Amino acid sequence: MTDTASRELPLQEIDEVIIRFAGDSGDGMQLTGDQFTSISAALGNDLSTLPEFPAEIRAPQGTLAGVSAFQVRISDFDITTPGDAPTVLVAMNPAALKAQLHNLAQGGALIVNTDAFNERNLEKAGYATNPLDDGTLDDYRTYPVPMSQITRDAVAQHGVKPRDAERSKNFFALGLISWMYTRPVEPTLEFINTKFRGRTQVIDANTSAFKAGYNFGETAEIFEAHYEVKPAPLAPGEYTNVNGNTALAWGCIVAGQLARLPVFLGSYPITPASDILHEMSLKKNFGVRTFQAEDEIAAAASAVGAAFGGALAFTSTSGPGLALKGETLSLAVSLELPLVVLDIQRGGPSTGLPTKPEQADLMMAMYGRHSESPLPVVAPRSPADCFDVAIEACRIALKYRTPVIVLSDGYLANSSEPWLLPDVNSLPDIGVEFATGFNGTNEDGDGIFLPYLRDPETLARPWAIPGTPDLMHRVGGIEKEDGTGNISYEPENHQLMVNLRQAKVDGVDVPDVEVAGDVDADLAVLGWGSTWGAIDAAAGRLREAGFEVAHVHLRHLHPLPANLGDVLRRYRAVVCPEMNKGQLCDIVRAKYLIDVSHIGKIDGVPFTTGEVTDAVRKRLEELSTV
Amino acid sequence: MTDTSFTPTTQPGDWASDQEVRWCPGCGDYSILTALRMLMPSLGTEPRNTVFVSGIGCAARFPYYMNTYGVHGIHGRAPAIATGLAMARPDLDVWVIGGDGDMLSIGGNHLIHALRRNVKIKLLLFNNQIYGLTKGQFSPTSEIGKVTKSSPMGSLDAPFNPLAVALGAEASFVARTHDMDRQHMMDTFQRAHAHDGAAFVEVFQNCNVFNDGAFEGVTKKQNRDANLIPLRDGEPIRFGADGEFGVIDEAGCARVVHTADVGDDELLVHDESKHDPSTAFMLARLARGPFEPTPIGVFRAVRRSEYAMATTRQLAAAQQKQGAADIGQMLRSRGTWFV
Repeated sequence: MTDTASRELPLQEIDEVIIRFAGDSGDGMQLTGDQFTSISAALGNDLSTLPEFPAEIRAPQGTLAGVSAFQVRISDFDITTPGDAPTVLVAMNPAALKAQLHNLAQGGALIVNTDAFNERNLEKAGYATNPLDDGTLDDYRTYPVPMSQITRDAVAQHGVKPRDAERSKNFFALGLISWMYTRPVEPTLEFINTKFRGRTQVIDANTSAFKAGYNFGETAEIFEAHYEVKPAPLAPGEYTNVNGNTALAWGCIVAGQLARLPVFLGSYPITPASDILHEMSLKKNFGVRTFQAEDEIAAAASAVGAAFGGALAFTSTSGPGLALKGETLSLAVSLELPLVVLDIQRGGPSTGLPTKPEQADLMMAMYGRHSESPLPVVAPRSPADCFDVAIEACRIALKYRTPVIVLSDGYLANSSEPWLLPDVNSLPDIGVEFATGFNGTNEDGDGIFLPYLRDPETLARPWAIPGTPDLMHRVGGIEKEDGTGNISYEPENHQLMVNLRQAKVDGVDVPDVEVAGDVDADLAVLGWGSTWGAIDAAAGRLREAGFEVAHVHLRHLHPLPANLGDVLRRYRAVVCPEMNKGQLCDIVRAKYLIDVSHIGKIDGVPFTTGEVTDAVRKRLEELSTV
Repeated sequence: MTDTSFTPTTQPGDWASDQEVRWCPGCGDYSILTALRMLMPSLGTEPRNTVFVSGIGCAARFPYYMNTYGVHGIHGRAPAIATGLAMARPDLDVWVIGGDGDMLSIGGNHLIHALRRNVKIKLLLFNNQIYGLTKGQFSPTSEIGKVTKSSPMGSLDAPFNPLAVALGAEASFVARTHDMDRQHMMDTFQRAHAHDGAAFVEVFQNCNVFNDGAFEGVTKKQNRDANLIPLRDGEPIRFGADGEFGVIDEAGCARVVHTADVGDDELLVHDESKHDPSTAFMLARLARGPFEPTPIGVFRAVRRSEYAMATTRQLAAAQQKQGAADIGQMLRSRGTWFV
């Protein structure tokens, strides 16, 4: 793409690369990572991403607190995680280097923007001496690049103010990395044109910076080679790259179509769930009504109101919001109306770590309401799986007239992977019938409507929506008489209703759990939610090392699959990695009296494959010595 | 006011559910219930298209007694439940019933936001200035110094003025009535129902068990002439057995005067559709409490975009712009590739 004589650099084929872009939160690292991901997806690589950003919108420039990073792993084979340690780190300033260097694999490539390593920035990052020349980087292949200067020179022709000129340096970095990994340039040029449409100067500046980065790789004599990652052998079909929050939002919208019901979302903005509200707000042409409520409680309460009116109702939130919604969810349990709660778990307690994932809301989802207030709980295992789990949650909510909680987390929310688009026609019909006529008779033999007369199979009550002739009825949070739904304080009736509500949830048609990997192994790894990728990859590594490992991953957490106890009892040992202090372990121990051992991690960062591998290997070795 | 060409298709009895009403004998809620049941046939709507939503409290039992659809929700959240319902179903008549604790204390936030959004729900605040269902603690409308079980030395809390709160929240319809005058209640509720937006009505309601006679100073028959100021749109504000009293605007404050002292021309002419809420606010704050001349009737009724219909219009506009729902198109909207 350049006129200057290009050097003949060897092109090396590699099976994967893990690149981490790191810079100030205003440096555009997420955009850069996203775009690199898109081009790699189009090339047919398998991929997985891990964005990491501070909770503050703009933490003070140049500080460790303000570092924003985006890790992307691309490969020519099937992968399930964004990789443990990056093999390439792009550091836009000293703070990014300081915050991220410990992640870089030994001998990894380090591309640094040398222009940012001035005294002021070094001091802000807490470097007493310049790491570029004090030996700190001796263990890495360091490529010093004056990114700011070259970018300024490249964009000068467009009359960009010097102050703004450097803002294009993320495109310089993207150009350089695109060259290093032989990515085509056209998609990025198109992207720049679309993204900044109408802002000619910005388009010109970013285009020039991107080309300068690409050309720099080719002409500057500091790189020994460039690399190629061939397409992965993915199943044939049409793919898109999707993150968990988008997949979840789409799943909810599609569920509305599959149920032939209007969709309503009541939500209060909260990290990391807000993107669900954003995405669904963009889909008004699907008849989706989004309501940004005054608080978390109103968000849930509005969804209850919409459900009473006959909508497929959702409320999206994170842990602090789920806590606030507790009483409203118990109302939904009592009213027996369909409602789907999307909880994108984050670090806690209290405000905790808003942008970091955790799996510590499981007990709250299960038991975090007053009294006996059972409801089904499901969890997606990967970004794309969020789509299917959203539909499954809606299916259960509608069929059984119950609130359902979906437990995603901040990792799935923002992480992305290629998704083989489903055949829309093969998606399940999850529609249910509203009640339209009397379902009982009174003493005089006249037809009456009994709002709590249950379907004998599902125990679901009829859903009669306002506007239906003759079926006027009142529902409320006060205990109801079985059948009539009238207020009842009778002891026997309350016992019956408590039992019925529990039996209904216990009876949800949950498929049996399947064992992945070595079914006859001595040890099973039990998991739920977003740990799937790391466990799957760890099991693969252990298998390569000669071990046998079974993997049991739960989508349905309440009720649990009927065969779970029997399945787990087959193994001499069961270990359960969770981003919490052992919540699923406790549930399984209590329910099945199986001695599950906990592998915990609550540092706001998802399990790496290595961490799971090491912990499981330790247990395997203990087993072999017994 | 009543459309004479309209023939009701229902009778008051059609609006009564088969449930036994369980308020304390003598409670003001009974007369409000009767007023609403009697009003309903004249509204041109059907029980099946009507929903009563409530929170928690004595007043909140109201939905059980109406033969309509009903949701007895949780404490304070009725305006939020009703908002979701009204958004999902703009075709329905949605009424919200709550007491002063429900709507102004635990649910104060939902009340003000429902009012500012102007979603088409009719909010009837049964104000008895006490917590009844929890057996007699002071409420957010109880007067300072109120001695109750939770304030044995007198309440220190300054009360809310419900109408001033509603006006401050940009309510497009604000009115007051009382449980001793069925016709006035029916007229006021009818106006609320006809309003295209959120309508807020404060009903002075006597709790004869825990706060008996709280409003007697203004609602008792012999006190009404002297202490109730009926607001009539377009008319000078005057009251008294012979109209001997009136209200003037004295440098931005409403003040009660002897009409003879100032002359008829000086009296404030009530204009409920005046967009600026200052006059309504001034009238709302005329009385310090229900023991001195207190305006009743419609304080404010202005036109403002209704929320549920505005939402519906956005859906239509989105369909126009983005085309009808197409799942395949949505799933491909972030770009795709083939393997």
